[in-house]
Amino acid sequence: MAELSYRDAVIRGISQEMERDKNVVFLGEDVAKAGGVFKATVGLYEKFGPLRVRDTPISEQAILGAAMGAAMTGLRPIAEIMFSDFIAVCFDYIANEMPKISYMTNGQIRCPLVIRTGNGAGVRFGAQHSQSVENWTMMIPGLKVVAPSSPVDVIGLMAAAIRDDNPVMFHEHKALYATKGEVPDGEIIDTLGTAKILRAGSDCTILALALMVPRALEAAEILAREHGINAEVVDVRSLVPLDTQTILGSVAKTGRLFTVEENPRLLGWGAEIASIVADEAFWDLDGPIVRITTPHIPLPAADHLEDLALPNAARIVDKIKRVMNG
Amino acid sequence: MAKTAKTTALANDDIGPETRLELYRLQVEIRDCEKRAHDLFLQNMIKGTSHLSLGQEAIAAGFGVAMKKGDKSFCTYRGHAHTLARGVPMEAMLGELMLRDIGLMRGKGGSMHLTSVEHGVMGSYAIIGAHLPIACGSAWRAQYLGDKDVSVCFFGDGTTNIGAFHEALNFAVIWKLPVVFVCENNLYMEYTPIHEVTAVHNPAGDRAGAYGLEKIVVDGNDADVVYRTATAAIEKARNGDGPSLIECLTYRHSGHSRADPGKYRPAGELEKWMEHDPLKIYKQRLSDFGIAERDALAIETESKRKVEVATELCKASPSAPEELLTTDVYADGGWAWRN
Repeated sequence: MAELSYRDAVIRGISQEMERDKNVVFLGEDVAKAGGVFKATVGLYEKFGPLRVRDTPISEQAILGAAMGAAMTGLRPIAEIMFSDFIAVCFDYIANEMPKISYMTNGQIRCPLVIRTGNGAGVRFGAQHSQSVENWTMMIPGLKVVAPSSPVDVIGLMAAAIRDDNPVMFHEHKALYATKGEVPDGEIIDTLGTAKILRAGSDCTILALALMVPRALEAAEILAREHGINAEVVDVRSLVPLDTQTILGSVAKTGRLFTVEENPRLLGWGAEIASIVADEAFWDLDGPIVRITTPHIPLPAADHLEDLALPNAARIVDKIKRVMNG
Repeated sequence: MAKTAKTTALANDDIGPETRLELYRLQVEIRDCEKRAHDLFLQNMIKGTSHLSLGQEAIAAGFGVAMKKGDKSFCTYRGHAHTLARGVPMEAMLGELMLRDIGLMRGKGGSMHLTSVEHGVMGSYAIIGAHLPIACGSAWRAQYLGDKDVSVCFFGDGTTNIGAFHEALNFAVIWKLPVVFVCENNLYMEYTPIHEVTAVHNPAGDRAGAYGLEKIVVDGNDADVVYRTATAAIEKARNGDGPSLIECLTYRHSGHSRADPGKYRPAGELEKWMEHDPLKIYKQRLSDFGIAERDALAIETESKRKVEVATELCKASPSAPEELLTTDVYADGGWAWRN
């Protein structure tokens, strides 16, 4: 067991799978010789060579198109789109090409690939480099969507995503790259579509994803310490497939549900989960389902404004406390 | 005199009677099959939309014969001809247009998504330009694994104004990929003359130089010319010498799609091009090279019979079964997105 950063976990996850399977190849802008703008691919080029770790031009359509063509014919590519905002530039591949090819061809073609991308805010990059866009991809039939919050999850879910026979969106959170966590030695392989209960509790359930997970955990400690509210914190981890069993189980236990989402409010993933819980676990609820989100705005660059936009522990505590205490 | 000329031509022929007859057969079968598709539309037996290649058969045939088993083709929604040219049975193609269970994708894909992995037909892509980068990826796989197959990517002149065209060309050249890009310039971007919306005269050929490629613009209505050009480009790619971009000049006899009667075309244009119809040219070519007329007639008769048989098989085939609605959304064969 060693402590590893989220950033180094990305490198270890990719490395683990490239060592295991020579059909795993990796491409993106500045990913090879430069080691990635977030330094999350440092050393891969040196380790696996120029044929397997390839720098591309700034051509997002070519990156995803080439990844798809390679995946359809036998490789298992990992494609990096530097900032998740940029997937809009190549959205045809994500919305129309990759996820539909299996269905349209009646199963003749599979598209096993991973799109890694730096998602989310917290580093003052402004509106075109800070969005939390996992919702953009969650609604598309045929795609899987993953967003890990810890180094050990990065490795395990990355391995699972690479081994999956579907196209998988892998949202790394850019504000988490420097965070650290305990990671066991040896091969790590996780399962897509499994949520994780990170803190057991009895009074309410807090669902969170990516950067919102540590903030939800911090809020839960404050709620317990200062307000006598014992919150259960569930890391959703994977939006598609969605682990509704764990979510519904937690709600059945606590009777209260809060979602903490970094995305703008309108049609965020929490809305879908709230709908499922309202449909299937209404009688387990002791109060309204409450979503804590970023307002429906593009993100500002100014640090105090960005901080004001994103949910944080204080705001989570405040909201939950007010709802719970009626 | 005439006899001597024919003998000389045959003696120096780099194509040969066998390949010539194959080129003719493919063109005739594609023409007959597409004409039948048109008739079936009029009878409301084919629904949705469809994009015919009437008049463009020489390109599909020329490349179809030049490509080897294992080579991969990527085409557009105007892909009936390219699908047939790879050896896909007529009933599987027509059956898909009729959305029947006998169809290539059992009716789930429709005319714009014809795919037969078994024949190297790696999909028909209905979003303009999307498949050029995808063909690069297939070629990258061949290069990386040391596979010797070549990826051939067909698209229309309208595609050359899409960003993905330029990204794919640059990408293919810098990675020296075994891919051949084939622009079928039929002079119209859907309903609009291509020259009205394009900065250069030859939409593909004039841009080749921007990516360090040779400008290749050929008569796309002459199957011999296409076949020779295709053979050279495919060979170059197979030998590891990188991509080519070929512009084949041709003409679409009908409108853009089923809904389009093509009335925007100037008077006399279609008639002029009918004089340069690929089938007309090629039948004359067979004769010029001393190939017996009965061989051409046998091909024509057999083609008509094939179309009849395929049509009857399709008519007798049931519609796509209901259970297909939710199959193959994900690779496990199902559609479950939650547990």
